[in-house]
Parts: sequence; structure tokens; C-alpha cells
Amino acid sequence: MNETNKTDSSRAYSSNGSGGGRTLFEKIWDKHIIKKIEGGPSVFYIDKHFIHEVTSPQAFTGLNNRGIRLFRPKQTVATADHNVPTLHQELPIKEELSRLQVEALKKNCAEHGVELYGLGHPFQGIVHVIGPELGITQPGMTIVCGDSHTSTHGAFGAIAFGIGTSEVEMVMATQCILQSKPKLMRIHIDGVLNKGVVSKDIILHIISKISASGATGYFVEYAGSTIRSLSMEARMTICNMSIEMGARGGMIAPDETTFNYIKGRKFAPHGEEWEKKLAYWKTLYSDANAKFDKEININAAEIEPMITYGTNPGMGIPVTGHIPSLSEVDEKEKASFEKSLRYMGLEPGMNIKGKKVDYVFIGSCTNSRIEDLRMVASFVKGKKKAVNVEVWVVPGSRQVEMQAREEGIDKIFEEAGFMLRQSGCSACLGMNEDKIPAGKYCVSTSNRNFEGRQGAGARTLLASPLTAAATAITGVVADVRELLN
Amino acid sequence: MQKLRIIKSRFVPLKIENVDTDQIIPARFLKATTKEGFGKNLFRDWRYENNDESKPKKDFVLNDPAYSGEILVAEKNYGCGSSREHAAWAIKDYGFHAVVSSFFADIFKNNALNNGVLPVQVSESFLQKIFGQGADSELTIDLDKQKIRIDNTGEEESFGISPYKKTCLMNGYDDIDYLISIKKDIEEFETKKQSENSKTYQSA
Ligand code: SF4
Repeated sequence: MNETNKTDSSRAYSSNGSGGGRTLFEKIWDKHIIKKIEGGPSVFYIDKHFIHEVTSPQAFTGLNNRGIRLFRPKQTVATADHNVPTLHQELPIKEELSRLQVEALKKNCAEHGVELYGLGHPFQGIVHVIGPELGITQPGMTIVCGDSHTSTHGAFGAIAFGIGTSEVEMVMATQCILQSKPKLMRIHIDGVLNKGVVSKDIILHIISKISASGATGYFVEYAGSTIRSLSMEARMTICNMSIEMGARGGMIAPDETTFNYIKGRKFAPHGEEWEKKLAYWKTLYSDANAKFDKEININAAEIEPMITYGTNPGMGIPVTGHIPSLSEVDEKEKASFEKSLRYMGLEPGMNIKGKKVDYVFIGSCTNSRIEDLRMVASFVKGKKKAVNVEVWVVPGSRQVEMQAREEGIDKIFEEAGFMLRQSGCSACLGMNEDKIPAGKYCVSTSNRNFEGRQGAGARTLLASPLTAAATAITGVVADVRELLN
Repeated sequence: MQKLRIIKSRFVPLKIENVDTDQIIPARFLKATTKEGFGKNLFRDWRYENNDESKPKKDFVLNDPAYSGEILVAEKNYGCGSSREHAAWAIKDYGFHAVVSSFFADIFKNNALNNGVLPVQVSESFLQKIFGQGADSELTIDLDKQKIRIDNTGEEESFGISPYKKTCLMNGYDDIDYLISIKKDIEEFETKKQSENSKTYQSA
């Protein structure tokens, strides 16, 4: 990896495009600024607003208290995902507080005229899975949601980021929020990926290099030949985890892969409108002379299957590597490092490969799309899970689940002893009953390994769907390359 | 929102880096539909043994009777992770009016400001000076002058805040009041954007 910092503050950039080249971010940003407040942020217009049951109730209450109605209900889409059960979704939710939240969402959406893809709806699913899948997410858009992984949608060449509930209320009230322009970083990944290495490994590798706060204050554009070669699903995995290095969001310039993915989806434009939009989308890329505040280059050939060992996503190593020994850790970081390993029940310097695990979770907005499930299925076909592990596969949406059943993926999982559940956030954050018990190890395809994230005391090791599948089969942290022929 | 100007108080030192919002308020407490009552679950899993309120963990600073005050002081990269505004509500509900650190995660900073909690970013060396003070020493944060002072030693440092946010905090306004006041501009922008879009698409 190498880095260049641009300290040139007199960037040749002007918002009317008369100066030097513009970045992808700037092209979209400029089109959505209504005005700039003297000595303050800008008023930023939002094209699409996704809401879910956990971060919206207080915002609706705020609107009601002010006696106003949701300003642009047609630009808002709702789903229930964070605390829904993943078994027997047809039954009433048992846990009272979860049920009340889901009911509040239903009532609020009905009152304010918002389309809701709630439990039981064929489009229900994790908010960051359904947006792209339904063709709602499109290049050039500004997209927000009261959820940090909104960065996922940036894979389509949109400016997409997570907001807090006060901002959710702002968007509901005015379709705008106040934003200051972030600094811009570009990460180039070039070259061919090694066997067994997938997009999740790319992003875990990047975060392990630049740390969990390495991109704070920046909006990141991913570029380079490796990114170009990736499918939309794989690109979404990368943009999804931008937030885990502190970035406000991540984005990738749209190309033929993007257009082919969107074409024909439920809410994609068609006919003449498609042609018009397509022509516009094709202008969305960073100009050759565009300037970034920071650029990082990564050689794809250096990336190995990755896994995390600690309690933030920056604590990642190749599966064949060892946990840093105390002498390898910066003096200042030692205390947090040791605290983290104590929580994880791991020792400095030890190898991670071969570590026995108890659970494997394949799901979350990072890796629960149909391509992820296909990747896992094609690997486990004809194999059986180890007896010591419990394996949960939680599809990102009802549509993903249906598609998996149609393709017979459910049968492959059943034979392997994997449990295919119903869609939702599930053990990614353990708000429903899908929790990893205290002290147990879980190899998870989700995005956060914080203390208690998957349940109080749960120990999370983040990895790709392939590494998770290989671990499920062997019962220990495995190097998937040894199992591929 | 309450007006903020000067906070003069003892502080609670949280000597932990990368405090993520899952620790500030764990996901299982996000099921409320109001903004109140999160304070009692602030740092829940660091505060109590086995999630049991009758078993406070002695070595966690919120349980140390020697420390109290309206200011939380934490190591760098405070508030990373999930965007949950509940983290700011919990901080406020517990009674903190300011958080001091050498680095804040973006979303937390925004959420705090939107809820009348002042994030004060200081240099690493100043932060360590604060940590070096005894339990009964006080800090004074003057929002108007944008200065934070260690009262015992008189050492002080300036901190940054956007002039707009400063005005909001000092007057107790919030962003929504402002945005609603410019609704006409927003509607005009929408109309313009629509016609511009159709032009862009046609000419292409
Ligand atoms: S799957 Fe996990 S990260 Fe994604 S939206 Fe749900 S809780 Fe957040």
C-alpha cells in the first residue's frame, strides 16, 4: 500500500465546473446544494430516504409535535428489518418492544403516506439490500437513511450515507439536511485477486491497513481495475464497510456492470426515460484531472483471505497470519489491544487458523445477497458442516430467499446442515432473538465485531462468505484456499 | 433545546480509545420509541456485571463515586460505529453536557450537536493533561470564546466549532427550525431541478 497526501489547499475546483476537473462526488454534490450558510454547512437536497423501525419513531414523533406532515412521502421508502424475527415471520412478534416498534412504523407510514415493505411483504428485507434490488438506488442520487451502512448504495455512483434521527426528522420535514463538504479520498485497487479472495477480503484488508478511524472526515471513491472487474454485489460489500474505517461513505463510478444490474428492475426507469437517464449516468465519473485530498494504492495480488481477531474492524489479519504480539503493538494502543484480546479470549501472537468456533453467521447487509448465497452454496455443495458449529444463513431480503429456494440453494444448505432463515438484520446486531451466547465464537460475514454486537459477551470474527463457509465445514477458522480444488 | 454557553464542572475520565456507539448504548436498548430514559443504560455492559444493575463493576469509572460532573472526557476516536442517535440521547440523559476527546467520529459529533451536547476536540497532549488531573479538579468550557480550561492549572486550549452550530447551541435553536424557515427555497430548487433534469436528459 502507498499513500499520497495532497496538502494543496488551493484545489482547482469551482462549483460551476469552470475550474479543473471534478470528482464523481463533486459532480453529484454540486447538483444537490440548495444554498450555503455563511460560516456553516450547506443545505443538501435528498433524492431518496430509506427508513426502518429503529431510527424513525422519534423522528415521526418530532414531526407530529411540530404539527407538520412528511414533506415528500413519494421519495421515502420504509421496511422493517432490524428487530424482526427470522423464523415464523407469519406469526405476531413475540418480543413486546420489538413488536411495538414494528407496529409504530406501520402506523406512522400509514398516517404519512409512506410506502412500507413490512413483514410479510414480498419486498421486505434489509434496507440496504432492497433499495438496490428493487432498482430504487440509482447513479447520481443522494440517498440517506438512519443507518450507518447506507454507504452500501454508493456502489451505484450515488452519494449515500447514514444519518442520525434528528436528521431523519429534517429529511421528513424538508427533504434536506445540513452538510459540510467532506474531504475526498480515492483508493485504487489494481490487479487480479488471488484464488479464494473475494470483495470482503479487499475491504477487510484496507481497513486493517488504514485502521478503524483512518478515513474519518473523508468520503471515499474506490477505483482501479480490480473494482471494475467486480459484480455489483461485490462492490456493495466494499462500499458497505466504508464506515468501518470512519469514512462518511464510499462510492464507485457507474459503468456497464451498474447499468446492466439496474436495467429491468422494479423501479428502474424504462423506455425513453431509461435512455435519458443512462446518458446522464455515463457522465458520472471523476475527471482525469480531478483532485483528491488523499490517494491510496493497493495491489490486489497482496490481498489474502482475511479475518478479524479483535473488537473493531481494523483488527484484521490474513487467516494464515498471527495476532500481533505485544512487541508489535504501538505503546499507546497496548491497553485497548489487551482489553480487546481479553474480551475475545485470545492471546497476543497466536495463530488464528485452527481456532475452534461455535457459530457461523452468513448474513447482514454486507454479505446476504443472492450472489453471496450462491458463492456459499457452490462451495458447500455435497459437504457437511462440522458437528461443533451451528450455521445460520439469513438472506438479506424476501426476494433473495425466494430466489435461493427457486435455485435449489435451500436444499444444498439443508444437506450441509446449514439453517436457512427468513430475512432481516438478525445476528448482525442481535436485536431480535438471534443472539450469539456469551463467550461463544462466531465467524460472521457481517461488518462489526464490537464487544457485545452479536449478543452480550459474544465473540465475533469477521470474514468473507467463503471463509465463513469453509469454517462451517471444518469447525475451525479455515483457510478456504486449502479446500478449493 | 436548552441554551449552552459556559459549562464549569468536574469531569468523568473514560480512559478508553475507539469507544463505539454499541458500547455507549447497546442495540438491545434501541427499542424505545421516545428519546428519554436512555441514561440509565449508558455504557450498560461496561457498568454492570452480567447485565445486572445490582452488580456494578467496581473498576468502571461511572461506578466510581470519586468522579462525577457534566463533562465526559474520553480517549481518541470517540463515538465510532453505528449512527444511532440514541448514543447522544444517552449521554445527555445521563447528565453530560459536553464530551471532550482528541478525536470524534463524524456521525456522533453531528448527533451530539443536534441534541445540545457539545463535542470538544482538543489536542492529544491537552487531553493527557486533563487525564492527569485529580478527581476534584474542574474544567471550564466557554462556548462563546471557544476555550476549554483546566481550572487548577489555568492551562487552556481553543477548540473549533462551525459558527452556525455555535449560534444554534447558544440560542437553543435546531436545524429543523432553520430548514423549515427556508422551505420556499427548497420548493424552488425542486422545480428548477426537475426542469433542468429533463433538459439534461433530452440534450444528451
Ligand atoms: S444488517 Fe447489520 S449493519 Fe446492516 S442494516 Fe442491519 S443491523 Fe445495520
